[in-house]
Amino acid sequence: MIGTSLTDLWNGFGVALEPHNLWWCFVGVVVGNMVGVLPGMGPLATISILLPLTFGMKPVAAILMLAGVMYGAQYGGAICSILLNLPCHPPHAVTCLDGFPMTKQGRGGVALGLTVFASFVGASWGITEMIFLSPLLVKAALQFGPAEVCSLMLLGLLAGSTLARGSPLKGVAMTLVGLFLGSVGTDLETGSERYTFGMTELDDGVELIALALGLFGIAEFMSSVNQIAPINTKYTNVGLKDLRPTKADLKKAFFPMWRGTIVGSLCALIPGTGPTIASFVAYAAEKKISKHPELFGTGLIEGVVCPEAATHSSVQGDFIPTMSLGIPGDAVMALLLGALMIQGIVPGPQLISQHPDIFWGLVASFWIGNILLVLLNVPLIGIWVKMLAIPYRFLYPSAMFFVCIGVYAANNDFFQVGEVVAIGTFGYILLRLGFHPAPILLGFVLGPRFEENFRRAMLIARGDFGVFVERPISAFFVAMCVILIGTQLYVRLRASKGASKGGAGHADASPPISPQMVQQRIPVTPAE
Amino acid sequence: MGNDKSPRHRATAETIGECGGCESEQRAKHFERERPEDGREEILRPSTSPLRDLMRKRDFYAGGLMLLLGLGIALKGATYRLGSLMHMGPGFFPTSLGILLVLIGIAIAGAAISSSDGGEREESILPANPQWWAWSCILMSPVLFIVFGRYFGMAPGTFACVFIAALGDRNATWKSTFILATVVTVFGVSLFSYFLQVPMPIFTWGGGL
Repeated sequence: MIGTSLTDLWNGFGVALEPHNLWWCFVGVVVGNMVGVLPGMGPLATISILLPLTFGMKPVAAILMLAGVMYGAQYGGAICSILLNLPCHPPHAVTCLDGFPMTKQGRGGVALGLTVFASFVGASWGITEMIFLSPLLVKAALQFGPAEVCSLMLLGLLAGSTLARGSPLKGVAMTLVGLFLGSVGTDLETGSERYTFGMTELDDGVELIALALGLFGIAEFMSSVNQIAPINTKYTNVGLKDLRPTKADLKKAFFPMWRGTIVGSLCALIPGTGPTIASFVAYAAEKKISKHPELFGTGLIEGVVCPEAATHSSVQGDFIPTMSLGIPGDAVMALLLGALMIQGIVPGPQLISQHPDIFWGLVASFWIGNILLVLLNVPLIGIWVKMLAIPYRFLYPSAMFFVCIGVYAANNDFFQVGEVVAIGTFGYILLRLGFHPAPILLGFVLGPRFEENFRRAMLIARGDFGVFVERPISAFFVAMCVILIGTQLYVRLRASKGASKGGAGHADASPPISPQMVQQRIPVTPAE
Repeated sequence: MGNDKSPRHRATAETIGECGGCESEQRAKHFERERPEDGREEILRPSTSPLRDLMRKRDFYAGGLMLLLGLGIALKGATYRLGSLMHMGPGFFPTSLGILLVLIGIAIAGAAISSSDGGEREESILPANPQWWAWSCILMSPVLFIVFGRYFGMAPGTFACVFIAALGDRNATWKSTFILATVVTVFGVSLFSYFLQVPMPIFTWGGGL
């Protein structure tokens, strides 16, 4: 088993090192790093903007590039949070707590240098986990019938909506909206049209790119416009030689880094807990076992490397369920899966055996991409820091153009551009009402497959719901769903009882949040 | 005494309001427990009527929106063939989604109604400083892209799209907006038209598409 994995990995390196693929991987990580640094642009919006550009590419190159954007943005996001105290991306919000005080003490460079190092360690661990766990998962998943697939998807959807940001009930509502949007268009089995209201353009369903760009492009721009405070560039003078940590720093950072990595990789295995939760849990755990917890928040290197390592190991680990089971853990993964589907590749356990070049090429490109990112981040730190100063008023109009042309290029049709306006407006209303639209994408991507498997399972079981609990594997997933809901209820019950203890504390614990972050407030983590 | 406890109490109410996940039963119990102990309820709600409180609650609207949406989905879905559990028709899945959404909408709105959140915490749906001008600029931008793109081609469409979007910013000047739109047009048209071969004429007249 391990032997074949390693040979496959070797072949994967062959795929990833082909000049064509290598080039697009490089483009992906550079773009990712760039948007990670730019305040007000997220990896979700960027991946959806780049998605139409990949239509002409081979599937391998396309997915390597889009995945590169995803993990590249994590490297860039750390720069933003450490030097500016701006958590541009939610996973890096905790990094601000100790990263920015270090910057104020003039040790921002050291924090950045060690962050890059910790990120690399975390990512490497996540990739290793992916190499050895994915084939095992696939082996199990190949035994699944429609009932199992269905209950597994249910678990994925529930976890994705309740464990993510914000109120679980609202998350479930968003997932349902996503599932509904996924059912718009021609019904696969009967061929009848649903919710098209006579518009032939909707026969193929809502366009994934229009949905993603509406929710994470236009809606985000609407909430950030004129709200982003001018950036304080007082501390952004960081050069290459500032990055070098002292021996004492290295020693202090070594164990927290590994602990963060382990926490992150564990979080990646639980569906629905993405990098944000991983980084919060890692920080809280590190603080708990520390000999001097009171010093956290004053610029401890432990408080920087631990969550960063966790973020990266969880980002890479998130690919495991996405690629081996076809069940994405969060919206970014859903988008990547959508990109694969656009390329005509059916996600699921058969992906690794049918398209080994994609899976192993992707794994190999993770290593290459991460090495590229270290190389990019260390010597070129000055350039990234300069990018922080690009004002938002130039950024979002340009992005609007990419949104329009990208949606247009998806089908060469102006109808989808109109769709993006409608979805963007709807998305902004949802944001204002305190919803987080990410689960919509999750539901949308999984929806058609969920419905298909549900119908098939019911057909096989002759309309008997009992099939979901009679088959042992399916029963296990259903039990997990019940436990998940039960825990949520229990936590809420306890929270309402002990609100006097916890209620006020949450606000103080979260780092200073930039205006655009108010929309997507960092979740109150279970670790607290 | 009452005063120094009230923020705490408010925190309790907030948590309930946001949690939504708890069943109304628990909440009812919670309040039964709270109310008889002390008469803080009166202190918290000075003169505002419950209705006015409700109008300020974001979750009330959030639940209401989900309820309406679910209702629409379910009613429209019911017009498609539902079929049986064994042989589901095209309407079955979306209709059940709609019904679930209605239930969740009721739960969200219900949580907002039953949490006695005093009027102090403003939960307006609009942000503190509404950006109507910027919002309409952003939404107009794709619309102009459609209109100009269809009738005049990619370059005018791009220019109009970027120009109007950039006008939304507070600090925008005519000159900087013009320069930005020109730069993006030149760059964008060369990228998408020449390199990526998007089939859209650069200049056209009267809608060649």
